[in-house]
Amino acid sequence: MRVLLIPALAAGLLLNGVARAEPSAADGRTLFVKVGCYLCHGYQGQGGAAGPRIAPDPLPFDGLAAFVRTTSGEMPPYSEKLLSDADLADIYAYLQSVPRPPAVASVPLLKQ
Amino acid sequence: MKVDRRTFLAGVAVAGAATVPAPHGGTAAAAPAVKFPSAAALAAETLVPAALPASSGKPGSDFMVDVIRSLDIDYISANPASSFRGLQESIVNYGGNQKPEFLTCMHEESSVAMAHGYFKIAGKPMGVLCHGTVGLQHASMALYNAWCDRVPVVVILGNIVDATKRRPGVEWLHTAQDVAAMVRDFTKWDDLPASLQHFAESTVRAYKIATTPPMAPVVIVADGGLQEAPIGDGESLSIPKFVATAPPQGDTGAVREAARLLAAAQSPVIVADRLARTAQGIKLLVELAETLNAPVIDQYGRMNFPNAHYLSHSERGRALIGQADVVLGLELTDYWGTVNAYTDNHERTTTSRTKAGTKLISIGVGDLYTKSNYQDFERFAAVDLPVAGDAEATLPALIEAVKSALSAERRAAIAGRAEAMRKARAATRERIAVDATYAWDASPVSTARVAAELWAQIRSEDWSLVSPDNFFSRWPHRMWTMDRPHHYIGGSGGAGEGYGLPAAVGAALANRAVGRLTVNIQCDGDMMYAPGALWTAVHHKIPLLTVMHNNRAYHQETMHLQRLGNRRNRGVDRASIGTTITEPNIDYAKLAQSMGMWAEGPIENPADLGPALARAVAVVKRGEPALVDVVTQPR
Repeated sequence: MRVLLIPALAAGLLLNGVARAEPSAADGRTLFVKVGCYLCHGYQGQGGAAGPRIAPDPLPFDGLAAFVRTTSGEMPPYSEKLLSDADLADIYAYLQSVPRPPAVASVPLLKQ
Repeated sequence: MKVDRRTFLAGVAVAGAATVPAPHGGTAAAAPAVKFPSAAALAAETLVPAALPASSGKPGSDFMVDVIRSLDIDYISANPASSFRGLQESIVNYGGNQKPEFLTCMHEESSVAMAHGYFKIAGKPMGVLCHGTVGLQHASMALYNAWCDRVPVVVILGNIVDATKRRPGVEWLHTAQDVAAMVRDFTKWDDLPASLQHFAESTVRAYKIATTPPMAPVVIVADGGLQEAPIGDGESLSIPKFVATAPPQGDTGAVREAARLLAAAQSPVIVADRLARTAQGIKLLVELAETLNAPVIDQYGRMNFPNAHYLSHSERGRALIGQADVVLGLELTDYWGTVNAYTDNHERTTTSRTKAGTKLISIGVGDLYTKSNYQDFERFAAVDLPVAGDAEATLPALIEAVKSALSAERRAAIAGRAEAMRKARAATRERIAVDATYAWDASPVSTARVAAELWAQIRSEDWSLVSPDNFFSRWPHRMWTMDRPHHYIGGSGGAGEGYGLPAAVGAALANRAVGRLTVNIQCDGDMMYAPGALWTAVHHKIPLLTVMHNNRAYHQETMHLQRLGNRRNRGVDRASIGTTITEPNIDYAKLAQSMGMWAEGPIENPADLGPALARAVAVVKRGEPALVDVVTQPR
């Protein structure tokens, strides 16, 4: 799927010399599990008791990246050693690729 | 004739043998190989020997059954063992295995957990028989859970005090001088009766102590000799009448001061944890909340407050605590954790959640009984007005005092809070429904989807959720309508694994008596501590719907390894080592089927879930347990 990259991210990729044409949502999904994002946010980033929803409408990339690197809250921070900029971009692409949920009105089980 | 306790049965044989030729020995050796028994010998084999007094036909353990019956104990859960063989024999033969009925468990931890779950539905204790040193060690973790959860469990513990009466070998290994010592840190009382009358009085005392708030487990040691010896000649035995002790109520002056603070508060908040012991507790909390139009934050230790009520605001708990000028904590396990935030990151930091000047009031039995060793009392909270007393018992006086303290002006101001509360509650409900749509069709199946599918199957029944839902993102609390005591019974108390399934079986047993549909959302890691409870449910025909929350991990621990791996900059690639339950995946349906239980799964496609649950509910409604294994999202 088409993924929108903001300039800062593209610059980061170039600075790191990573030759990646475009982040991969498929790779991002694998990374999302590998680095443990799913543990708190669920396999589709839907959120739950352990962490908030982050897909399919994640924060703007700069904000998300800054949070991932520096958080001092409940979420453990990820250094670049643990999660490269390129990998983070892939994860971001995955989050954006998650299908939108159905409307409440279209789900009989959720009609109260 | 004097017969010692332990050799009573052998003694009867000796008495009979005195009238017949010795089967072995010098004289008998010379006798013919086959000899027609004399009339006296036949009588000795088939009739009560005339030489024995009539009272000696009734062993001490028969009287123990009478004592247990006097306390209206319907069931005894146990794994069979020799140290209480006398009592077990009396239960099944003398008592006819009715009131109490012997429930076969496959681990003492399960025996206690069953009693734990049973109490929270039945409202009265079940008995647990436990075997000396090894049985009590097995039972100890479950007793700790019950202790933390303030649940009375009456353990009757086999042990053989008289060293000369122990069989050589194992009986010594299974005996201790002070056998209850190992659980004394987390039981409320124990005793080692030296006579049957002592047993009667101490068992009634133990029951009374256990069921008086703060409730907790107790242990009565039933000496093996006492069980097996006959009731002595002319021994006059009686069973004291049990009369429940009225629960302690908060001091009148302190209650009035609490009422004054609440009545004057602009933004009071009520927080409840193990408050409601009965349906009346729920009604009283509703009355107090409506009198003040104060939002209620339920910490889910019990079914405290109807979750569809306009003052039910548990979802907004942190924000409301931050805005409050008065916080009323009712039977809170962790008051400090309620009003402070704690972050477990690079540096462990704490910050107050309350604004400056917020007054903290507590009502609870936590101040009445505390022990030193185990730290279940949590971090010390500097409460402004601590009131020692059972909160449910204190609520009527508090409500009355609040009403008396409200001027007409204050009543009008308080009435004005209602609309905002209703709007906030409605907005929360809408948000919950939207939240549930995310990952709706995902595989593994989302916990929201499981809760919704399950709700569709049970909502028109008289249902009871008997498992904690904190590992299930609280979806049942968020999505289902809960307003009756049996709709939710809290968790394990001590967060010790192995509670879930056996506690659910115990709760389902209590629900069976009233034909109620029992639901257990069962974590996979917890299940494997005590899978034998599946067999117990089948064997005793206890209807229970178990839905596996099969996320194939000790998920909480995976997150801990992630946290530490990140903190140490080593990554989380290996966080699954020792924390996941894969390679191989466990087939819980086959596990249940192997013990004769109806089961389906593993279900990975959410579209398959509803029909499977419908089939399982049909099985449960015909009186059998059933299990549906669902491969789920982590939380």
